[in-house]
Amino acid sequence: MKPFEYVAARTIDEAVEALASSKGPAKPLAGGTDLVVQLNEGRITLDRVVDIGRIPELKRVDVDAQGQLRLGAAAPCVDVYSHLNVQRLFPMLVDSASIIGSVQVQSRASIGGNLCNASPSGDSIPTLICLGAQAVIQGPSGRRVVPVEEFCTGPGQTVLQPAELVVEIVVPAPGENEGGKYLRFIPRNEMDIAVVGVGSWIRWEPQSGRITDARIALGAVAPTPVRAPEAEAALIGKEVSWDVIDEASRLAVNAARPISDVRGSAEYRRHLVSVLVRRTLLAALERAGVDVKDLGGEAYAG
Amino acid sequence: MLGKVVVRAVLNGQECEFLADPRQTLLEVLREELHLTGTKEGCGNGNCGACTVIVNGRPVNSCLMLAVQAQDAVIETVEGLARGSKLHPLQQVFLEEAALQCGICTPGFLMAAKALLDVNPDPTEAEVRHYLAGNLCRCTGYDKIVRAVLKAAQVLREESEKAAEVSA
Ligand SMILES: Cc1cc2nc3c(=O)[nH]c(=O)nc-3n(C[C@@H](O)[C@@H](O)[C@H](O)COP(=O)(O)OP(=O)(O)OC[C@H]3O[C@@H](n4cnc5c(N)ncnc54)[C@H](O)[C@@H]3O)c2cc1C
Ligand code: FES
Ligand code: FES
Repeated sequence: MKPFEYVAARTIDEAVEALASSKGPAKPLAGGTDLVVQLNEGRITLDRVVDIGRIPELKRVDVDAQGQLRLGAAAPCVDVYSHLNVQRLFPMLVDSASIIGSVQVQSRASIGGNLCNASPSGDSIPTLICLGAQAVIQGPSGRRVVPVEEFCTGPGQTVLQPAELVVEIVVPAPGENEGGKYLRFIPRNEMDIAVVGVGSWIRWEPQSGRITDARIALGAVAPTPVRAPEAEAALIGKEVSWDVIDEASRLAVNAARPISDVRGSAEYRRHLVSVLVRRTLLAALERAGVDVKDLGGEAYAG
Repeated sequence: MLGKVVVRAVLNGQECEFLADPRQTLLEVLREELHLTGTKEGCGNGNCGACTVIVNGRPVNSCLMLAVQAQDAVIETVEGLARGSKLHPLQQVFLEEAALQCGICTPGFLMAAKALLDVNPDPTEAEVRHYLAGNLCRCTGYDKIVRAVLKAAQVLREESEKAAEVSA
């Protein structure tokens, strides 16, 4: 491995400055669970590594009085899923943070790093999209905010410009009668990369029984995580029923552009999309307070 | 500034200082510079858990952490488990229950299990299996390891009850 310089930034400004002033390629280092492997295996060569894991603002997990979550980009998964207010208000984020690797990986891996690594199978990204999260970015020319949905542009590619850093991820406070669920399919129980991952989020109106809003995001079936707009449209305005869920799960497949690889064929992935959309919708509805046992159809199995 | 960095940390209860090349992982420094060869390398990419050590109270894969990231950290390795010639209950029970064969995975299992019992002294079998999912063993079939961890948890609980009685 080519030697690189290590800079431990103490503040966000120092980190941006260290990235901007590097003569050759430089990258931020959060938990290192992607970056250290990439460096060790020679998949990436850097002149400078800027450690952002010592910047207190980047490590915080804050839920304010209104219920908005401000997640420091370098906070490790364990700090996310152990946080009582995150568990209470954002169980969907717990779904994702608690399945990224092993407990050893979760001690260090951050949600910010999972997003910036921009793997099509990153388990946090569909969830952040469903929850309407925004990435707060700081760089040499100041701050800007990008919806997570627009953040990834290809496998390993993002909207980040040189020397830009994600500083925090902001998740809006949940409203009444909302719920979300993330599930992935892997051939083992733990420690594997998603063959397909699906997040579903729903809001409904108990008086009318109608779905008033829906978001479905699919992972590992396209170069980036993608929304499933036809499926969402098929839900909005409808009364909650098994048929509506079933219809949405079939339409969601139209948003998938999967490839065949060692983890599964394209056809298998399309099948998994419909199964996981059904399961996540049922679980999301349950979290939103719908009595899903009354719906009939296939019981929730996830 | 290229070149080595001075890292200060607390290692198995003792303050220590070492020089690390930024490219070196914590695993490499532990084994090759500090000669603590109890921590093992299996895969080198976070999948096997053989290199597990505890950093600031949490289990980590030392192969995925740069040694320079250990600045000011409190590090526990398998060498710090025994008290003098008295084995830690986890080590003792692993021997009694034959929870190891070739032994290369054992230091990682011991440290991951210690991290679990430090925060959850009375885990269920399912909790033990889930927590240890990042540790691979090619020999034992896991059952004996899981049983040993549950038994060690019991020993540790009894020890702390006794200690509480004595001090009461
Ligand atoms: C054994 C193992 C199992 C895994 N299992 C899963 C899994 O099941 N699901 C899953 O989704 N992932 C999995 N991963 C990958 C997961 O650990 C990473 O994606 C992790 O979340 C990245 O966070 P990090 O803090 O470790 O980032 P790092 O490795 O430090 O950084 C990752 C990338 O993002 C950049 N970066 C980091 N933070 C920022 C920032 N704030 N601003 C700009 N750029 C930044 C870095 O420069 C680097 O390019 C696994 C990894 C391992 C080793
Ligand atoms: S050597 Fe670190 S996890 Fe395998
Ligand atoms: S005892 Fe041989 S790998 Fe576990």
